[in-house]
Amino acid sequence: MVRIVTQNFGNEQAKQLAGYEALGGYAGLRQALTLTPERIIEEMLASNLTGRGGAGFPAGKKWSFIPKDAATVYLVINADEGEPGTFKDRWLMYWDPHRLIEGACIAAYAIRAHRFYIYIRGELSRELRVLERAVAEAYERGYLGASMAGSGWAMDAVVHRGAGAYICGEETALLNSLEGKRGYPRLKPPYPALRGLFDQPTVVNNVETLMNVPTIIERGGHWFADLGLPGDGGTRAVALSGHVKNPGIYEVPVGTSLRAIIFEQGGGMREPSKPLKAVIPGGSSMPVLTADEIDVPYAFQSMLKAEQIREVEQSPGVKFRWGTGGTLRSMPGSGAVTVIEEGTCMVALCARIMRFYAHESCGQCTPCREGSGWLAQVCSRLARDQGAPGDVALLGRVAGQIGGNTICALGDAVTWPMLAFLTKFRGEFEAKEARGAG
Amino acid sequence: MALSFSPQARERIARLLPQYPTRMAACLPVLWVAQEEFGWLSAEAMRLVAAALELPESHVYSVVTFYTMYNRAPVGTYQIQVCTNVACMLRDAYQVLSRFERALEIKAGETTPDGTFTLTEVECLAACGTAPCVRVNERYHEPLRPEDVEALVARLRIEAPATRAAGPGSPMAGPGSPTPGRG
Repeated sequence: MVRIVTQNFGNEQAKQLAGYEALGGYAGLRQALTLTPERIIEEMLASNLTGRGGAGFPAGKKWSFIPKDAATVYLVINADEGEPGTFKDRWLMYWDPHRLIEGACIAAYAIRAHRFYIYIRGELSRELRVLERAVAEAYERGYLGASMAGSGWAMDAVVHRGAGAYICGEETALLNSLEGKRGYPRLKPPYPALRGLFDQPTVVNNVETLMNVPTIIERGGHWFADLGLPGDGGTRAVALSGHVKNPGIYEVPVGTSLRAIIFEQGGGMREPSKPLKAVIPGGSSMPVLTADEIDVPYAFQSMLKAEQIREVEQSPGVKFRWGTGGTLRSMPGSGAVTVIEEGTCMVALCARIMRFYAHESCGQCTPCREGSGWLAQVCSRLARDQGAPGDVALLGRVAGQIGGNTICALGDAVTWPMLAFLTKFRGEFEAKEARGAG
Repeated sequence: MALSFSPQARERIARLLPQYPTRMAACLPVLWVAQEEFGWLSAEAMRLVAAALELPESHVYSVVTFYTMYNRAPVGTYQIQVCTNVACMLRDAYQVLSRFERALEIKAGETTPDGTFTLTEVECLAACGTAPCVRVNERYHEPLRPEDVEALVARLRIEAPATRAAGPGSPMAGPGSPTPGRG
């Protein structure tokens, strides 16, 4: 098993700059500085590294959108990990802060930026201190400052603390927050690559995405690409939680089957007497899978195409039209796999997920602000056996009108799980409705 | 007595400003400085921040009210935040919460009459692999199982400062000690 982003887990030495250097740290940056920015982006494109924050956009492509003649360019690191189920970035920053700084330095140089901001979630006080110390060390050793590693290229880093808002993990909300405003997502286009932070061209990358960069430069893009699947290279740090025997972070090649992740890496179910009932495959916004839908490579294209994932019904006989007219599939999203055992009430679980999105909706768009609140209320009353006749149909109708009608993807993050729970565990919802009416 | 920033806080603010091309961008960091200085963000504290950054008071208020971590009322010496989101819920987080409610004799969202504990139910803390997770001030306790609650509360009571501090030396002041992590 190749380990890239988790190779220093458990190694206290790696957290100090000297220890990280002794393990070969910052060699990737030195090598990158002998290349042109264009060469680095070519290598990134060859690596097929897709964004590890949730949407899976090719990282090299994102970098290549930055205008070559822009006077000021920014790199922003999205360390606002908040998607329920997701906890990899927190540990990645804790164990290997210098790998993040090194990856960010290479990325910033490749897009011709002289400053990067690390936007870290407010709750992560411990990781904030780890990062601040690592940044200070990097300044002392000259990896940051007036001449990055002696190259003559100036590089500054700022660690910026958020203050508690899930929506700030959405890249344009994050930019507004970083500008000192409320974290409201922006309409796209214009995309951040043209008009981002302080209206300048900006790349926003996830923590894990950037931590792969030093290795890609050292070993080559093709080496990295070969670890994974066509168009989706490398490894993924999968965050495994819920009713699994050994929760934790497992770095696996892209394309490892979801079943292998749960049963081989994670050791299977916590209680052998309680078999697998369902899996939330990529953070709570991703459509839930049933126990018989996990024989699928854990990768974007495979999961989107997976034939065993049933079509989703918005209401009986009405198929949910998603995006380009396809039906709802699932995705590996933020790499968070939540395992659910037999005996769990799916209505209560869905209600909890809806309550989260209702709480975290920023309130700009009516479908999301109102819809998420109603879904949370109706799901909660069903879960408490206090549902009203017609509630299940109402959930389907409301959920189908949110996703796709909002500025950002939080609308989809409400619609997808709601419709997936409703379609795949409809019997449980209907039984709850009947009990409320009784 | 009118509120004002201490010299140390003023120095921190002065160091923050050059990190951003606009004064507005320093809004969140300066609010953090203010909260660490005063314990919570009163209207007066927000006015100070607005003045320091030459921003409209309404802007600062709009920012403070958007984010959950800025306290708009005094909080207990210990802010106990219980995550009840999916992964923690699957591993008995609601039992953890009710054990806290019983031990502290308050409901989530309330502060004990002596001002020692504020109990809140929070969203995912990014500790799903070590669920259930509870954050006390700056420190994560992961996992904190239902049966661990009473012992933790007893320990915090013993460690609590005898007099309730107001102003500097506030609940949020000073970093907590980092917990040893499990990768």
